[in-house]
Amino acid sequence: MTPPYETHEHDVLIIGAGGAGLRAAIEALAQGARVGLVCKSLLGKAHTVMAEGGIAAAMGNVDKSDDWRTHFRDTMRGGKFLNNWRMAQLHAQEAPERVRELEQWGALFDRTEDGQILQRAFGGHTFKRLCHVGDRTGLELIRTLQDRGVQQGIDVFMECTITRLIKDGDRIAGAFGYWREQGRFVNFKAKSIVIATGGIGKAWKVTSNSWEYTADGMALAYEAGAELLDMEFVQFHPTGMVWPPGVQGILVTEAVRGEGGTLKNNRGERFMEKYDPKRMELSTRDVVARAIYTEVKEGRGSQHGGAYLDISHQPADYVKKKLPSMYHQFKELADVDITTGPMEVGPTCHYMMGGIRVDAETGQSTVPGLFAAGEAAAGLHGANRLGGNSLSDLLVFGKRAGKAAADYAKSARSSELDAAQLQDAEHEMLAPFERTAGEFPYEIHRDLQDFMQSLVGIFRTEEDLQKALGELEKLKPRLAHMRADGSRMFNPGWHLTRDLRSMVLISEAVTRSAHARRESRGAHSRIDYPNFDDTWGKQNNIIVQRGGQMTLEQRPVSEMPAELKEILAENK
Amino acid sequence: MPDLTDNDAMETGATNEAVLRVFRGGPEDGKPVDYRVPVAPGMVVLDALHSIQGHQAPDLAVRWNCKAGKCGSCSAEVNGRPRLTCKTRLDSLPLDQPITVSPLKAFPLIKDLVTDVSWNYKINKKIPAFQPKPGVEWKMFQRDVDRVQEFRKCIECFLCQDVCHVLRDHSKHQSFGGPRFFVRTACLEMHPLDGLSRTKLLKDELGLGLCNITKCCTEVCPEEIHITDNAIIPLKERIVDEFYDPITMLIRKFRGA
Repeated sequence: MTPPYETHEHDVLIIGAGGAGLRAAIEALAQGARVGLVCKSLLGKAHTVMAEGGIAAAMGNVDKSDDWRTHFRDTMRGGKFLNNWRMAQLHAQEAPERVRELEQWGALFDRTEDGQILQRAFGGHTFKRLCHVGDRTGLELIRTLQDRGVQQGIDVFMECTITRLIKDGDRIAGAFGYWREQGRFVNFKAKSIVIATGGIGKAWKVTSNSWEYTADGMALAYEAGAELLDMEFVQFHPTGMVWPPGVQGILVTEAVRGEGGTLKNNRGERFMEKYDPKRMELSTRDVVARAIYTEVKEGRGSQHGGAYLDISHQPADYVKKKLPSMYHQFKELADVDITTGPMEVGPTCHYMMGGIRVDAETGQSTVPGLFAAGEAAAGLHGANRLGGNSLSDLLVFGKRAGKAAADYAKSARSSELDAAQLQDAEHEMLAPFERTAGEFPYEIHRDLQDFMQSLVGIFRTEEDLQKALGELEKLKPRLAHMRADGSRMFNPGWHLTRDLRSMVLISEAVTRSAHARRESRGAHSRIDYPNFDDTWGKQNNIIVQRGGQMTLEQRPVSEMPAELKEILAENK
Repeated sequence: MPDLTDNDAMETGATNEAVLRVFRGGPEDGKPVDYRVPVAPGMVVLDALHSIQGHQAPDLAVRWNCKAGKCGSCSAEVNGRPRLTCKTRLDSLPLDQPITVSPLKAFPLIKDLVTDVSWNYKINKKIPAFQPKPGVEWKMFQRDVDRVQEFRKCIECFLCQDVCHVLRDHSKHQSFGGPRFFVRTACLEMHPLDGLSRTKLLKDELGLGLCNITKCCTEVCPEEIHITDNAIIPLKERIVDEFYDPITMLIRKFRGA
């Protein structure tokens, strides 16, 4: 290590500045902690900004009968009962208050006739439940939290990537990273850390996710000894753009269906009648994604290999008002006017239900002082997430993790950062510049995306998953010889060498978990095991590092208390 | 399993080639460099930049996130015009000549297409946050929030800042906030339940008076916010009402304020 080193010290360090990270930061600050917030991009650009349809919260503004019990039941049903029931309960109970809080911080949701927050229908939700702002709810959420946080005095470290968590024995002591702009290294001392880094969509070829979605937080936590939970559950959103090729995978909000959009195949049939006649287009995402996939595979796909999604029966002004970014997105990128004709849509890798295993109340992982929230954490969504439950997840569990991390920091002592660990982290980052032979990371990344797309996609088989594990092994020696060109100044090729290693590591966790789970449940569909299996329905897959090796084990799902079982049994 | 979307037309569907003349390097040594890129249907400038990164120049610095026009990260000047590169289609540009891609001019260059936009975040900090009127009832009607929702569409791409001649040509970064932050202040000032006044800040610190309403900002806004007509002009009127209205001035004079 070359002293002197830039070092910052906080009580709580938060990695990731999307909805969960910002909400955690605001809460930790409110608890009196000194808070640092590190993010890979500029502030306000995190993936939350892309969330479109809304925030699920049982406020009952439109459907008066809605309550937390119904939201809880919908979430558990959508997750095929593999959810952490306590998280599902807390989420349903606390979401309305978290939404009201946003409004009190300046957010402006669409309104009902009587001046309340308007709510719309969405897949898997019994009632009209999604609080929204047209189709740009995520932007409203992130901007509100960003302004609140900055005004409250969070230290923000923008365009900074954390590459290593530093430990003191079993406990968290801080983190090591680099400034993306200048390439200089930087240390953070912290008594507790909250990981809020999102998912791993960039490991698939067709994805709605941005470059940031490289599983960093999951990899950091795993390497620090934390457990990962149910990594096989990857959500393929049913409706991404399919044409033209450059825009493939870009999200088409579920709000199109929430506002009455219909799905048709090339024969003009509303094919959801076959797959879920009761809920039709507003079935859960796993079901709709498989339906579109099946229609295409059986030769009934749209011109460019998708399905037709049509909202043109609604008045043009209404479509432009409620779905403005969809209108512009199709008009500008695909030459399609959605007020007069159908869109072409197909599945796109969208969300990770699995992630860091955390305590329901506090968001603490199995490593003392290490917390996680949002998409990086697991449990709430079980085998499949309902649309709208992500933004509410960020708020509910971001706040909880921020509080718990601040509480933890109050009683924890500060540790010195271990020089050997820092040196190793620095060496890892400098190595790609020392190599003159070897590949640049881009090609390895393309190969990873290709086989994750074709072998660990919507439908899975033993043979494909075995093959994927073989492909992952083949990537490892290539990863060890990656090189970077040029200087350390804002060098995306260099940045990708580290991000790619996280992606490959966590892709292996996904593939191994998918291989182990011999049943179909929610987003995990095995052609060779097409049905629910009762034994698997009662256990979680856990990935953890033991003796330097990735190991997989099963652990029983915890027993639900009687009063929650009663809620599930009610037939609404 | 067959790949449902196995049409990697970035390579296979390519019909012709484009030349991108991309600014490479830093403030001292930077210069345009030409790259030939295969063109696929519907391709945008950002796709072409990614193709260059992935095949020719791994260290090409470019900011981007969503590639869907929602985050405002990938701003650059394409053929001299401030644009989001993710929304600028190659087939909208003349491909018989090189497409120039340069960094935003109103901010200090870091490297290639990346500039130091931290100044914007400093200006933002000066603006007092939303503060509800005391004892307010949390009820708002759509007709009252419509105009504020227009401003809240802003994705902070800073194209309006880049094109504004007060910043771009006169470098008044010390005394001027720029269109983005007039829009943000308008958001707060026109929020139906906000109880603060930010007109003094607009007049004294954000230099709203320096804007001579040439509407360049409105023209480049990818969200089609009517920056000049709906945000800047009404704010200018508020300043006039509050500070230059002859009757108010007279009352102030008598009160010795």
